Amino acid sequence: MTETADSGPKALVELTGVNKHFGALHVLQDINLTISQGEVVVVIGPSGSGKSTLCRTINRLETIDAGRITIDGEPLPAEGRELARLRAEVGMVFQSFNLFAHKTVLENVVLAQVKVRRTDRAAAEAKAHALLDRVGVAAQADKFPAQLSGGQQQRVAIARALAMDPKVLLFDEPTSALDPEMITEVLDVMRGLAAEGMTMVVVTHEMGFARSAANRVLFMADGRIVEENTPEAFFTNPRSDRAKDFLSKILRH
Amino acid sequence: MLFEDGNFGLFRDGFLRTVELSAASAVLALLLGTLLAAFRVSPVPVLRSFATVWVGVFRNTPLTLLFFAVTFGLPRVDVHLSAFVGAVLALGCYTASFVCEVVRSGINTVPVGQAEAARSLGMTFGQTLVQIVLPQAGRAVLGPMSSIFIALPRNSAIAGAFNVAELYSVQQTLSERGYAIFVLFFWVALAYLCISAAVGLAFRRLEHRPAVAR
Repeated sequence: MTETADSGPKALVELTGVNKHFGALHVLQDINLTISQGEVVVVIGPSGSGKSTLCRTINRLETIDAGRITIDGEPLPAEGRELARLRAEVGMVFQSFNLFAHKTVLENVVLAQVKVRRTDRAAAEAKAHALLDRVGVAAQADKFPAQLSGGQQQRVAIARALAMDPKVLLFDEPTSALDPEMITEVLDVMRGLAAEGMTMVVVTHEMGFARSAANRVLFMADGRIVEENTPEAFFTNPRSDRAKDFLSKILRH
Repeated sequence: MLFEDGNFGLFRDGFLRTVELSAASAVLALLLGTLLAAFRVSPVPVLRSFATVWVGVFRNTPLTLLFFAVTFGLPRVDVHLSAFVGAVLALGCYTASFVCEVVRSGINTVPVGQAEAARSLGMTFGQTLVQIVLPQAGRAVLGPMSSIFIALPRNSAIAGAFNVAELYSVQQTLSERGYAIFVLFFWVALAYLCISAAVGLAFRRLEHRPAVAR
């Protein structure tokens, strides 16, 4: 292994030689990736390229067959309390929001603070109200998730993840299930987070977001990271044929 | 017939005994069955196997055999229980295997994303199950669960053959005294019907509680 320049920001998430199979499908092939503190990494690529799987391995919602993943220097533990403790440090926002359907919006943001962080209820509620206000859904606090629009639900989901003060936030296609007019409101919240220095891994098809908010773009295809570059360089001058082909298809319209 | 010769007292005691037996078995079955369901979906292989074997054994064994095992088998290994406690044990363990499978299928109706969200927030397996999954599984479970708990009081009639003076055994006692069998069966059947109807009604009320939309 080569010593990377330690003068820069510290490595928060490190994947080394990660491999994963779904049956015969080799969905992640020799993935090496280092994400520094405060970095916003956008992962793009055709569907089935393994980008969502990559995202989900970082908090071990998907296990890996080989390789090593560390968060802030700590290797991901196996299933159990240790893993739960580490997951609390890694926020996740899902494509289908996954708000707790039987809990109010406020309770969605309060629950893990109380149960996992052992914050007292009053403090947890105050924090939840502040976060809901920040993502612009303060007025919906007492409603149930199903009463909210998709965009509102996703913003609540972001607030819920933020309530744990995570070191890194993972976004697994956060806008793919949204109506076009609601995409902007979610992306705006994400841009705000990026500007504040939150470390983020974002799997998305929103090229506009990749251009404007990412520090680095990863292009994945067939389980590999094919290309890695600044958004500017990637979008104006992709090196691989695979990336050129992909971009020509999605940027045409 | 029911209101002569102090028969009503006997009948009433049998009825109450059946209610007691059913209620105690139901509590045991519900707690044990839910625990077994948690085992069946747990990440620990030993627990999963334990629950699978439990369901396999208790769901597939005739209840009468279980009563035999409790009544004649346990004393052999120096476990001495009263007839009532033995009956609760047999009925409870038997019914728990059905409850386990109903709860497990209820758990499977909850979208997997709910548990993933809970886990991604750092909740443990137990917290995820208790806080997120089971409350949402509850509604899907009510229908089949009511069938189980309507069957339970009727299954409890077997206890009458094992020295528990419950409702069905009252019929035997009275018929030995020479009362007309059809009249006896009418009253006994009516009493069971009352219990089943009460259980059914209770579940229907639960089902009509304000729903949370998914």
